[in-house]
Formats: sequence, C-alpha cells, structure tokens
Amino acid sequence: MLTQWIMGFILLIVKLGVCLLALLLGAAYLVLAERKLLARMQIRIGPNRAGPFGLLQPIADLIKMMTKEDLIPREADRVIFRYAPAVAAATAMLIFAVVPFGDHLVLWGNRIPLVITDLNVGLLAVLGLSSLGVYGVALGGWASHSKYSLLGAIRSVAQMISYELSLGLSLVPIVMMAGSFSLVDIVAAQTKYPFIFVQPISFIIFFISAMAEIKRIPFDMPEAENELIAGYHTEYSGLRFGLFFLGEYVTLVTLGALTAVFFLGGWHGPFLPGVIWLIIKIAAIAFCMIWVRGTLPRFRSDQLMDLGWKFLTPLALINIVITGAVLLILTVT
Amino acid sequence: MTILNLIFYVSAAVVLCATALAITRQNVVHAVCYLVISFMGTAVIFYILGAPLLAALEVIIYAGGIMVLFLFVIMMIKDQQSPMDDFSSIRIKKWLPAVILAGVSAIMAGVLVFADPGNRLRPPAVMGTPQEFGRMLFQDYWFPVEIASLLLLAALIGALYLGHRKDIS
Repeated sequence: MLTQWIMGFILLIVKLGVCLLALLLGAAYLVLAERKLLARMQIRIGPNRAGPFGLLQPIADLIKMMTKEDLIPREADRVIFRYAPAVAAATAMLIFAVVPFGDHLVLWGNRIPLVITDLNVGLLAVLGLSSLGVYGVALGGWASHSKYSLLGAIRSVAQMISYELSLGLSLVPIVMMAGSFSLVDIVAAQTKYPFIFVQPISFIIFFISAMAEIKRIPFDMPEAENELIAGYHTEYSGLRFGLFFLGEYVTLVTLGALTAVFFLGGWHGPFLPGVIWLIIKIAAIAFCMIWVRGTLPRFRSDQLMDLGWKFLTPLALINIVITGAVLLILTVT
Repeated sequence: MTILNLIFYVSAAVVLCATALAITRQNVVHAVCYLVISFMGTAVIFYILGAPLLAALEVIIYAGGIMVLFLFVIMMIKDQQSPMDDFSSIRIKKWLPAVILAGVSAIMAGVLVFADPGNRLRPPAVMGTPQEFGRMLFQDYWFPVEIASLLLLAALIGALYLGHRKDIS
C-alpha cells in the first residue's frame, strides 16, 4: 500500500516535471525557430550571435527579460495588472494536462498511462481553459489604464469569443465519430486512419479558428502595432511581458498537439515511438502557422468578424448535420 | 470525513465568499472577477457530485462565455472610476483575497496529490457520464429542452431586430 503510494507520487511528480520542462523548452525554441524561419522567408539570416546558429538565443532572451525593470503604470489597477499575465500563461499550460503523448508504459509490472490525466470530459476541459485564457488578455488590457491597451483588449475579447464558437463547433463531428470527449479515446479511435481524411472541412475550420484564438498574423488585430503599439500588453515590461509572450507560444505548442490529437491520429505512426510522432506533428503544425504568418497580410476588423460569423460558423454547423446524417445511415445499414 | 466531503465544504465556502465579495464591490470589473471565481467553485461542486459534463459546461458557458461578454460590455461603455480609490487602504487588504484563494487552492491540490497520487480515486458511485447525461436530456426531457431553446431563439431574434441598423435614406 505504502510502496504503491510512493510509486504513484514519484510518477506523478516525474510526469508533471517532464511535461512542464518539455512545454517550456518547446515554447522557447519555437520562438527561435519562428525568428529563423521568418528571417529565411524574408531573405535575412535571423539571430545567429548567441551560441552556434543562435541556439542560445532563447536563454539570452530569458536573462534579458528577468533583469529588466518591472514597470507598473501609476493609474493601473495594481492587483489585476500583476496577476493577468499569470492567468494567460497558466491556462495555456494547463491544457496540456489532458493531451495523451503515447501509449502506456510498463514499468516493474505497473501500467503507466502516458497522459497526465484522462478526463472523460477532456475536450470540454480544453475548450473551458481556452475560454478562460481570454481573461488574462482582457483584464491585463483593462488594468493597464491606457487607451491602447484597452482597445487591444476589447478587440481581442471580441475576436476570441467569435472564434471560440467555430473552434468548438468544428470539434463536434470529431466527438460524434469517436463517441467520447476523452482525448485518449479520440486518439484510440484513429488507429486505422486519422480523422483528417474523413473530416477535412472540420480540420480547416479548426486550423483557422486556432490561429485566430492565438491572435497570430492574419488575425493579429489586437496587437496591430501600427495603430495600437502592442495592444493589450503595451504597458507590460520585463517578466510580466515575458509571461504573456510565453503563454502565446505555449498555446501554439498545445494547439499543435491538439490538432495532432483531433485530426492527425495523435501519437500513432509507423516505426518511431509515439512521443516522437507527436513532436513531429506538433512541429509540422507550428511550421504551417509560421509559414502563414510569413505570407499573409493582416485582416481588417470587419473582414475578421465576417469570416468568423458568416462563413466558418455556418460551415461548421452544416458539417455537423452532414456528419450526423452519414453516421446515422452507417449505423442503420 | 472523506476527502470529497472536505473538498465540498472548501469549495462551498469559496463560492459563498466570492459571491458575497462580488455583490459588495464598488469596482464592476472586480465584481466580475469574483463572480468568475464563484462559478469555478460551483464547477468543482458539480464535478464532485458526479456531473463532470455540467462542471465543464459551467466553466465554458458561464465563466468563459457570459462573464466575458459582461466584461466586454463594461469595458466598452463604462467611464472608469479611478481604480486607485479601491486600493488606497491598508496593504493587507490588497493581498488578502489573493492570498486566501491561492492558499485554499494550494491546500486542496496538496490534499489531492498526497491522498491519491496515482489518480486511482474515482468520484462517487453515481457518476453521470456525458453519454448518459445527453441521453437523459434529449430522450426523457426533450420537451423542456425544446421549449428553453425556443425561448432563447425568441431572445436572439429580438436582439437581432434591436441591433438592426435602419437604412438612412
């Protein structure tokens, strides 16, 4: 009994530690990868001074952010201003808790599932956490007491609420096909073929909505630098700005993982172990998002709302009806 | 007293305190923040009562949807009072809510981790899975569900009519 308790305790801590470390390192090196790739796309070289090929650049950036002064505007709502970046970063990291990153391990006769927690409402937990992430941005912008921050916050709230709807609706066909909200079951349902082959429309809607949720270029109205300086995090500096930044890139990693889980078969793949496949898929999704950023200009505000409400949401609804009809026909015959 | 009982009383206390704070705050944005905390506490109570689906929906719809819209409207229309007024009092008052809430969550997480590190403990016997819940809602109670959705549709059409911009000709 006691040994089992100790085993479980150690395992939990190890799993949490490894996941957190991988997530933070992944986010840090994604920043570097993005800067390098964007530079190549714009025929520049990119960061290449810190370490070989600029590989130590994330560490240099971290030291820079930690040693910068942490400014709080005089008129700001101090408590909310302090905690808003933490909300943004924490919700982003918590989503990874339900993502399965491999089949179970067998260690000394004990079966260890390779997921931190397998909730039976896992998918809803993901949506819930991503909708709570809005508070970090909204409250951070409001608490700064600056018009640029406030405008950025209002824009991002409007955008995130609109695209959350199509994000959630694009996942309904996946739930219908897997018959479960649990991410482990959804991955298990894709052992034969990944869902992208049967749900390409869902995949496209999810991908576009995900890009809008993390406010990346073409959807970066909330941080449009030529009108709003930096949007909701204009007044932030030092580590608090770093937390917003980290939250954004952690979300990019988790969204890559979620896309892999929902559409690309999760950790399934030939020859290589599951974790490697998941990392490859996350990197591929992240590369696509960086590519889009290097290619497209920013949307106008009305185009952004039109795309969300008048195109993606109705398309997702029609997709749900068609999926339901096909599933019904398949079960009847 | 089991762990589940303990969690219930702690979250119930959090819900009561947060709601009381929400209705007594001068600053509307602070009230919204406390109300969100109260919804999270309610979600925890739903979860330990064996309704994970309701818990998730509580967070998605109330905390993540409706309260965000509240915040949106407040940010759009309200001429902000100076937030400094609320915080000119003694230092401890600033930190107390955050410290209490962080402490309570830390204790709850600690109790859970120490009592059940292998995640083997399952919430009570009566656990409504999402499938069963959905079946019950749309087979046994389909009529009330339809009526409620009709009500929402009426509100939606009303909002659309009010928000419709009349052509200036």
